[in-house]
Amino acid sequence: MKIRKTGSGAPDKVEQNMTPMIDVVFQLIAFFMFSFKVAAAEGDFSIKMPLAAPSAGQPTQDLLPPIRIRLTAGPGGELSGIRMGERGLPNFNALHNEIIGIVGTQSGPGSLAEAAEVELDVDYNLQYRYVINAITAVSGYAEPSGRVVKLIEKIKFSPPRQPGAQ
Amino acid sequence: MKIHPKREMPSADTDMTPMIDVTFQLIAFFMFVLQFSDAETNERIRLPASELAKPAEAPLAQPITLQLTKEGTVLYAGEELALSRMRPALQRERALLERLKKSISDATIIIRADAETKTGMVQELIRVAQEVGFEKFVMRAMHREEGDK
Repeated sequence: MKIRKTGSGAPDKVEQNMTPMIDVVFQLIAFFMFSFKVAAAEGDFSIKMPLAAPSAGQPTQDLLPPIRIRLTAGPGGELSGIRMGERGLPNFNALHNEIIGIVGTQSGPGSLAEAAEVELDVDYNLQYRYVINAITAVSGYAEPSGRVVKLIEKIKFSPPRQPGAQ
Repeated sequence: MKIHPKREMPSADTDMTPMIDVTFQLIAFFMFVLQFSDAETNERIRLPASELAKPAEAPLAQPITLQLTKEGTVLYAGEELALSRMRPALQRERALLERLKKSISDATIIIRADAETKTGMVQELIRVAQEVGFEKFVMRAMHREEGDK
């Protein structure tokens, strides 16, 4: 029997052309890199809108009247004033402190914060970011640990004012 | 002149395995971080920021996203509509929900309004949606770390 003698004893290596695969892989990376966008986290605030026609029948069980917050607009839609009830407030921090003064820092079932309701009465031209600031001030605060303490979650708007009406 | 017989050049074999591993890892990373909800966002809308705006733990059941620009137009379903044209658009949405046997009271209108939009326009948009029959509304804001201004 004839025994074939091999040079090194190693099996023959099957060469594969990797170039097309690497081309495609780099194209994929380039595509994903260009379409990559660092997106900021977004969150939602629920709002309770009064129905267009008040429902007849049982009176509402809410014992507390809504806390009325009035935001007025200056020229260009900038904030010109914050009023809570009849009192003027200098900024949203003061509003936040007032809300804590009313409902306390307790939240959860049965708490005053759960029962309380805020009604926002806003000038037509006021920039929307001030409304979000007001909602943030009344609806809670973030602790240094990142935990969110909720205050008043029932928030509604007054009927919209006419453009230009103050 | 002495002529050498033709010889094969020695090939430099590089091990491609680590490079391919890394590139596939990169592809996997970019695929996972790719935002598939781009259709719901728009570069023109600069959301107001709030430290309480945290991503929702569970997705909303029947979300309908309305994006309100600072000019007062609504970006909806790939179109830019005036506020006055939103009523028929929302009625179509309602009809679609009814055809799918979904309750309109389960649908949530997500309002992504620009920070500089007039609040009255946001209220008008809410009122139109209410008149069509929608009941749940959420206002979307961008998360801001406390201390950022």
